[in-house]
Amino acid sequence: MNVSDVLTIAVSKGRIFKEALPLLAAAGIVPAEDPETSRKLILPTNRPDVQFVIIRATDVPTYVEYGAADLGISGKDVLMEHGSDNLYEPLDLKIGRCKLMTAGRPGQQTVASGRLRIATKYVNCTRRFFASQGRQVEVIKLYGSMELAPLVGLADQIVDVVDTGNTLRANGLAPLEHIADISSRLIVNRASMKMKHHVIKDFIRQLADAVTQR
Amino acid sequence: MTASPFDSQTRWLLPEGIDEFLPEQAERIETLRRDLLDLFHLWGYELVIPPLVEYIEALLVGAGTDLDLETFKLIDQVSGRLLGIRADMTPQVARIDAHRIRREAPTRLCYLDTVLHTRQDSFARSRTPLQLGVELYGHAGLESDIEILKLMVETLRLTGVQNFQLDLGHVGIFRELAREAGLSPDQEGMLFTALQRKSRPEIEEYLATTTVATKYRHMLVALVELNGGAEVLDEAKVALKQAGAPVQQALEHLHRLHYSAHFKLSPAPLHYDLAELRGYRYQSGVVFAAFAPGHGQEIARGGRYDEIGRLFGRPRPATGFSADLKTLMMLSSDSGASTASPGVVAPWSECEALQRFIRELRRSGTRVINELPGQAGQMRELGCDRRIVKQDGVWTIVAL
Repeated sequence: MNVSDVLTIAVSKGRIFKEALPLLAAAGIVPAEDPETSRKLILPTNRPDVQFVIIRATDVPTYVEYGAADLGISGKDVLMEHGSDNLYEPLDLKIGRCKLMTAGRPGQQTVASGRLRIATKYVNCTRRFFASQGRQVEVIKLYGSMELAPLVGLADQIVDVVDTGNTLRANGLAPLEHIADISSRLIVNRASMKMKHHVIKDFIRQLADAVTQR
Repeated sequence: MTASPFDSQTRWLLPEGIDEFLPEQAERIETLRRDLLDLFHLWGYELVIPPLVEYIEALLVGAGTDLDLETFKLIDQVSGRLLGIRADMTPQVARIDAHRIRREAPTRLCYLDTVLHTRQDSFARSRTPLQLGVELYGHAGLESDIEILKLMVETLRLTGVQNFQLDLGHVGIFRELAREAGLSPDQEGMLFTALQRKSRPEIEEYLATTTVATKYRHMLVALVELNGGAEVLDEAKVALKQAGAPVQQALEHLHRLHYSAHFKLSPAPLHYDLAELRGYRYQSGVVFAAFAPGHGQEIARGGRYDEIGRLFGRPRPATGFSADLKTLMMLSSDSGASTASPGVVAPWSECEALQRFIRELRRSGTRVINELPGQAGQMRELGCDRRIVKQDGVWTIVAL
């Protein structure tokens, strides 16, 4: 089969993919192996013309933007951070729901220096959010365990996705300001949308039906 | 340990996104460049060579912040004013038409030169694209749109890009819907960015927060789905039937273009996307782009931009397209095959008969390369496959 006839879908392992599987099944696509146990990076499906590539969540927009994958499933938080002007995001899958929020010690007063230090992996979102309020902050880029930063004095607050808030509470932090509601989106490469138009439009339609029937 | 910028290993590296071409690729680019300029010439497009730098005000007339950020700036030591190194030649060519040529008849101009970008955008891996383009000034109508589109197809065909596809839209449709619906510039901007991402959920959510009339809401949301083959034009007639006359005219324009006899023989299928608003700020009518398999973004783009002339002080309709020759070369199917013809080795000699022989060979298009006395290396390395030798007192060519 010609490479250009294969539909490649970029996904990351974990919660989002797990929640997406029933939707994909409703659209007639089932992975040939269990993605959680398989070590394969390219995962075939029940359809010879559809395959998954398994990558890190933050890499999904990059793969789709460059056309290395035609489609992808990505959290809105990742898209907001990546900047998604070169992608189509036609469908809200309404899975992987959470909130992007600031968090810190409850009742904490403003810091002495006057300039808030924020630890986050969402550097761009954080800058945009505080800039839109006219607040000057210092952003510290971290790759994980953000909750630790205020506890050890690395930062005054954090910006992170909050689902139940349990991790925050367990570390003596509380959600403070709401930045955005997050859910997972179907994203599409711009050229693929044109070049593989019929296949992709059908796929979007089937997936949209699956979302509304859920 | 960080390497010093003057380290003996790193000093030869080129800056990020700055590239150069070695003989084989350079020859291919130059061959394409000549072929394309010949093509434009045959279609009546005159070559212009705009300057590398200009006053920033002229370069950025009517441009958005994107082009501003894309443009390198420096201070002119003579005038004390700010200069910009061109990041896009289209405004320069528009200035030339408005202020230097000032012809009444339609003016057809073409250009092909290097531009410089401050940032490496994710697709053009080069910060120095080789921008080629054509512009047709002084005619507002279907016919000039068709001519430019046909020339874009010819250009892609000539460069050897395979299986490309055309994608057409019309910025007048969204602009007019926004006007009729009474959207504020802010609202229009929000919807524009959501439309560019085909984010139906965001468009619906956003419209729900506004007081836009229901019929306009439906039509604005419908734009997201209006993409595909010619059937889209019929679907649009139904979906947008409550819109005013300008929208109907825009649809009619696309319809006439699609069924024009000029595209009966087109090697590339025509597709439509009414939510695609490339260059929305200054574009005014039909917009189009070409896509090729294996390339994530458009490889050529163009459209009508009747407004730009007014900004340059001479209102005049305009349409054109541009592309990056480096990208086209990468996608070209003739890649790899060297176009360089093999050469002939000539011995170094004071013999007059040999000089005459060499002159004749070069005149007839044969490459002749002197073998310098005492030189190192093999002449095969220089792409030679024959040698000039003296046989029975006559200079003649034999295999190397």
